[in-house]
Amino acid sequence: MELGAGTFISRLNSALRRIPIWSLYALGALYPAWLLYLGATGGLGVEPIEALEHRLGKRALQLLIFGLAISPMRRHLGLNLLKFRRAIGVLAFAYVCLHLLVWLVLDVQIPSQIWADIVKRPYITVGMAAFLLMLPLAVTSNNWSVRSLGPRWRKLHRLVYPAAVLAALHYVMLVKGFQIEPLIYLLIMSGLLVLRLPIPILLTRLRRADSA
Amino acid sequence: GVGLAGIVKPADAKEGLGPNTWEEITSYNNYYEFGTRKDDPAKYAHTLVTEPWSVKIDGLVDRPGEYDFKDILSEMTIEERIYRFRCVEAWSMVIPWNGFELADLLNMAGVQDGAKFVAFETAYRPDEMPGLQYPVLEWPYREGLRLDEAMHPLTLIATGIYGKTIPNQNGAPLRLVVPWKYGFKSIKSIVRITLTDTQPPTSWNMAGPREYGFYSNVNPNVDHPRWSQASERPIGGGLFAKREPTLMLNGYEEEVASLYEGMDLAANY
Repeated sequence: MELGAGTFISRLNSALRRIPIWSLYALGALYPAWLLYLGATGGLGVEPIEALEHRLGKRALQLLIFGLAISPMRRHLGLNLLKFRRAIGVLAFAYVCLHLLVWLVLDVQIPSQIWADIVKRPYITVGMAAFLLMLPLAVTSNNWSVRSLGPRWRKLHRLVYPAAVLAALHYVMLVKGFQIEPLIYLLIMSGLLVLRLPIPILLTRLRRADSA
Repeated sequence: GVGLAGIVKPADAKEGLGPNTWEEITSYNNYYEFGTRKDDPAKYAHTLVTEPWSVKIDGLVDRPGEYDFKDILSEMTIEERIYRFRCVEAWSMVIPWNGFELADLLNMAGVQDGAKFVAFETAYRPDEMPGLQYPVLEWPYREGLRLDEAMHPLTLIATGIYGKTIPNQNGAPLRLVVPWKYGFKSIKSIVRITLTDTQPPTSWNMAGPREYGFYSNVNPNVDHPRWSQASERPIGGGLFAKREPTLMLNGYEEEVASLYEGMDLAANY
């Protein structure tokens, strides 16, 4: 069984190697265009502004989760999606920008109220903080920045951890009543961060100490 | 075809209100017993069995009992009322309801002197309401009004929309409509009405007392802690719908402001 799973993963890895990254960007760009088309033609229901805003936000959260799952998937399953990680992060940021744009232009509409909302409404403050944390990551997501920043690039890009948790929190804070779905997002996001703590190393050391 | 006998002339309709379409009114709903998404009620509420239906009227009334919905209807005069509907989430519709005044129903049961409040309860049927398996709110859904609010001629029990039987997602077979309050006060699929001398607990108030007060009168000057109530988005304007300023008491100030004379509406939100 072990061997079977292993061969499957390695076959999957070599298949994935053949997928060009631009196809991911193309798909990612098609989605908002598709949503906009749906919104304009009644496909998003009778309140397309809210639908557009929420779908873009949720898709951004899902992309963040996907991006954060890539290194644990490689470490624990041997599945190698590393080459797509940057594209996924950039797409997540693009969706966050569109989500923000829909909120500013189509939803709030009143410029004076936008700043008031950012300061006064904690869920918006939190969402905006997540956006700001992602901004330097998006700006430095090019080869030149990776090269010139060197080891500092990796350090800087750890900002994605607080950004992701704040994004999930933003969702938890905006729903009415006790709702499970946003809590599941927050749980998954926190779980993906916990996987990065050096707990497995600590556990192995403990086990070694035990058997010794 | 229930609830359509003898439609009387449109009463209390505000000038210049263009009602929303049937599709808008019946496809975008908050009815958490069927799910928290706006399209869940339209998808899932068909499982609710509304015939037969009875309403228990109890508490401080002369004639308490289990009232059959058909018997209630035979006593009531159905009229059309075109009302604004303002959700606490800052969107709004205009809905041509068919129904009767709640006061007529309460008088049928005979309100006793000591009664000061009216408590309402929605049906609790886990087999027919898939949303009840999630603890979004403390079920069954409960709402309440002060007796003078309940007896106000604008306060309606709706049994139809556009001259058709009210669809399940909108609260069949009978629901409350209090047009000057946020939509969640207008409790759906009523199974119990209790006259009491104390302010009854209400679902959203229990879930978030800071966010949802007992009164929950539409008020552009009192924000929800998480969003502004100064403006609203009328449903039906598409992707580029313009926000509109929210009106005090949802535009019914002239009719109902006297109910709250001398009250601080910011403290009693």
